[in-house]
Amino acid sequence: MVILTGALLIYAMGDFPSWADPASPAHNHVSPRYIEKSLEQTSVPNIVTAVLADYRGYDTMFETTVVFAAGVVCFFLLRIPRKDEPTVRRYRHTLTGMTIRVKETRQIPPVLEEFERIDTLWAPHDLIIKTCCRILVPFLQLFGLYVIAHGHHSPGGGFQGGVILGASMILLAISHDLRTAIGRMSERVHAILCPVGVFIYAGTGALCMVLGLNFLDYGALAGILHVDPVTARSHGILIVEIGVGLAVMATMIWIYNNISSKGKYDEGL
Amino acid sequence: MIWQLDLAILTLVVIAAIGAIAIKDLLGSAILFGAYSFMMCLLWAIMGAVDVAFTEASVGAGVSTVFFVAAVFRTTRRTKD
Amino acid sequence: MPDLITSIVDYYNYLIYVILMMIGLYAMIAKKNLVKKIVGMNIFQTAIILFYVSIGAKKGATIPIIQHGHGEGAHEIVPSVIEAAEYINPLPHVLMLTAIVVAVATLGVALALAIKVYNRYETLEEDEILAQIRET
Repeated sequence: MVILTGALLIYAMGDFPSWADPASPAHNHVSPRYIEKSLEQTSVPNIVTAVLADYRGYDTMFETTVVFAAGVVCFFLLRIPRKDEPTVRRYRHTLTGMTIRVKETRQIPPVLEEFERIDTLWAPHDLIIKTCCRILVPFLQLFGLYVIAHGHHSPGGGFQGGVILGASMILLAISHDLRTAIGRMSERVHAILCPVGVFIYAGTGALCMVLGLNFLDYGALAGILHVDPVTARSHGILIVEIGVGLAVMATMIWIYNNISSKGKYDEGL
Repeated sequence: MIWQLDLAILTLVVIAAIGAIAIKDLLGSAILFGAYSFMMCLLWAIMGAVDVAFTEASVGAGVSTVFFVAAVFRTTRRTKD
Repeated sequence: MPDLITSIVDYYNYLIYVILMMIGLYAMIAKKNLVKKIVGMNIFQTAIILFYVSIGAKKGATIPIIQHGHGEGAHEIVPSVIEAAEYINPLPHVLMLTAIVVAVATLGVALALAIKVYNRYETLEEDEILAQIRET
């Protein structure tokens, strides 16, 4: 059946224009207008960002909603607590090194001084990986912020910066425990950040509608920001990119937390 | 577009794709999927789609591979097929 | 026959894209392990994105960022007339950015579902799961 589909596609391929022809029909209708007019209408040199956030801003808003919905679905699938098995925890005596003790109890003991809690598949405390990753994480976050802010002039934008920011927190969770990463950025914080990102986007659109022009037409922001409409569109693109970046970052961390701990948030990689 | 480079990277992409679905170890499948994603990113950079290449490098070769490895870690690693 | 050979050499790019798509489709249909099916789904998605982006390429054109100067006087140093033939078509790039992000969201949901199935049935092979369903 696969060969049949392949043969069908190859037959349809015979109609294609030759490779990289400038006169093929995909190039002729809308995109010359985008290329020629985007700089004078929005003052953003990166045409892809301008089209993505301004000319086709409606698509991007729903895509952010889809990403948020995927995070919510992962949360609902995996995060339901189950009480059918007693929790088995493992502790390790720090002074003598390698005495591993298994303790089954229903009551959670308070924080003990000599014992630290380890995971089921625990690797020994590796100094190189922990130090290197801890040094690297602030630079990763700085680079993520740079990518979001420079979406106008270089390849980048909201999605890429958001994914890099999320990946920095996932790096922290991989190199240290999952509990360390959750201690840095608790579940409530990133569960709230995700819809805040979506609301920034939709809120900008609604604000433009309130001020008189169409939905997501950023020229209406010129009154608030006291600039001419062309620069107002550039600033509007920046605001929605920040919203998109926030939503994507929170969703990546959320999905990783849910997948790597099977919902119980106890152990991780 | 230099067609020799194009053809070489396309061959590598097809080999990585066939390897990712034929290997019997699920962790190896996840890593080969990361390599496939990186080769795709190179192809798009050759074609001039820098934004798409950036997104695929960060999303496919970064976060997507991490999700796969985390899921394989939580389920079994061997497979019969 | 030489006509077929020349047409294959002309369109070799599209041929390889179709082969990639068929690999992904085969993995989704014929493999029995759930994680292999998910890998096949992602291969299919990225192959389709590759095909769409390749539509937008133009001969001798540069990347879709309008060339401008750097420094403090940057806002005035732009070319006076921007030719559409000099820049690659940005429209497929925009649509494919959305497609990549949706692909990773779908991947997250699919992996969460696979973990749930494993919790319930203790296996990830499709035929064993079907056998367990038929017993109960």
